[in-house]
Amino acid sequence: MPFYVSPEQVMKDKADYAQKGIARGRSGVVIQYAGGILFVAPNASRALHKISEIYDRIAFAAVGRYNEYESLRKLGVTYADITGYQFDRRDVTARGIANWYAQQLGTAFIESSKPPEIEIIVAEAGETADNDQIYRIRFDGSVTDEHGFAAMGGQADQVATALKERFSDAMSLTEALAAALAALAAPGNGERPDMSASQLEVAVLDRDRPHRTFRRIQGTRLEELLGQTSTGTTASESQPEPGTSANPDEE
Amino acid sequence: MRERIRVGSDLDGSGRFPGGFTAPRTSSFADFLASYAPDLLPGRMAPRAAHTPAAGAEGLPWAPGAPGAGGVPPELPHATTIVTAVCEGGVIIAGDRRATAGNMISKRDVDKVFRSDEFSAMGIAGVASIGLEFARLFQVELEHYEKMEGRSLSLEGKANRLATMVRGNIGAAMQGLAVVPLFVGYDEDTGIGRMFSYDVAGGPYEEHRFHSIGSGSLFARGALKKLYRDNMPVRDAVTACVQALYDAADDDSATGGPDLTRSIFPVIAVVTADGFSKLSDAEAQEYATAVVNERMSSPDGPSAPVNAP
Repeated sequence: MPFYVSPEQVMKDKADYAQKGIARGRSGVVIQYAGGILFVAPNASRALHKISEIYDRIAFAAVGRYNEYESLRKLGVTYADITGYQFDRRDVTARGIANWYAQQLGTAFIESSKPPEIEIIVAEAGETADNDQIYRIRFDGSVTDEHGFAAMGGQADQVATALKERFSDAMSLTEALAAALAALAAPGNGERPDMSASQLEVAVLDRDRPHRTFRRIQGTRLEELLGQTSTGTTASESQPEPGTSANPDEE
Repeated sequence: MRERIRVGSDLDGSGRFPGGFTAPRTSSFADFLASYAPDLLPGRMAPRAAHTPAAGAEGLPWAPGAPGAGGVPPELPHATTIVTAVCEGGVIIAGDRRATAGNMISKRDVDKVFRSDEFSAMGIAGVASIGLEFARLFQVELEHYEKMEGRSLSLEGKANRLATMVRGNIGAAMQGLAVVPLFVGYDEDTGIGRMFSYDVAGGPYEEHRFHSIGSGSLFARGALKKLYRDNMPVRDAVTACVQALYDAADDDSATGGPDLTRSIFPVIAVVTADGFSKLSDAEAQEYATAVVNERMSSPDGPSAPVNAP
């Protein structure tokens, strides 16, 4: 162990370590559409989720080390529930949660010998598209306020550029999903990775749903939607299918 | 005594993420509150440092010598009759709207029936304010579990969690702040409605067919005994519950009947495979007005034959 390491060197090493770890994984995408906010991440696992509900209109998406962001997710849910219980449900905001995550990650980055290798997006679906919020919190606790769309992890810059080309205001859900999938495929240099329903994790914050707006799109519903994206049809994606419940994890 | 861990403090040493909560070890919101902020639990007050309660008695809200200790608690509004009935494909829960404090009607339009989650609901009888806290805490408890674990609790699990919450309030209950819930849910596994009652020390006790709690429950149960049929369709079951509440209001001063002048009617909710659904004011009015009109000609309500068919 060297006698003295300059703080710049320590920070730079930590930052490089964290960034490399995050860049190794796959990207995740968050994109606004007319009916709310869409989250798409490649994920072959059905048990381990990258995208989760935090509160009525707020969702969480992360890339990086699962055990690290999973514990942050649980803490975030607890923070949201405690705030909503102590005050009122309307007093829980994505901004508050994003700030809190920034604090957590910032402190962990500085104080912990192994920096967290995670990147988080917290998004809130407002009553109207103008009130939607997307916050991206990076491994060192820095927060950015994103507009319309955001990419994280993997080759995030490439994916974000691809998203920007395809994004427009008030897209339908199928258009937004098509844009997200195309953007996720962008760093592949032409070879399109497996984007079938079983390899994707997709969820939305549906702004018109009462109370809890978070809803996972999986199973037959996702296959249907993927089919529509490739044929370019925009059938009734906003109609609830018979038998679905408000439980976000129901297939 | 466990230290209260404050958000944003630098004192936490056990979690991977210092400053903030320790990583939650339980998916129970109520258990988390008990360690993080016990004064937020229903019926609890922050313990006084000078009067440490006897070992293990974390439920006692009043330290010896504090005002109100050992004496009669102030006149707090009490909420009254709740009725429930299993019907075809689900269960009904209905409650009257009156809260009384001593001989005064303190509120005419209290809601005593609450949605707990998509497939369950609860009604409360007892001290109204603590009942409201129970309902709120239970809603958060169920939602919190679902978000943490990624699945809902089973109906029995929910009933058990409510029992633990009720038991946690026993200290306050002994001092006069008693609240007792009546919990109903649609069991997705069996496809039937189920009901669970409690006493101040917990429970749950599964009830069958129909049940009632509160000061007017004796009268309501008597009415339902004669009106209830197995597998009633929803409409009939709702009418039976409204009749039972009317009879309870007829004989119990602490239970309120339908107030046609102010359009205040019992709160009625149905829980079926389609989830929790509270009847709109217009629908409740329809049922209540029908019952009242019928009572104009037979004030004691529908009569049952002396011999069973």
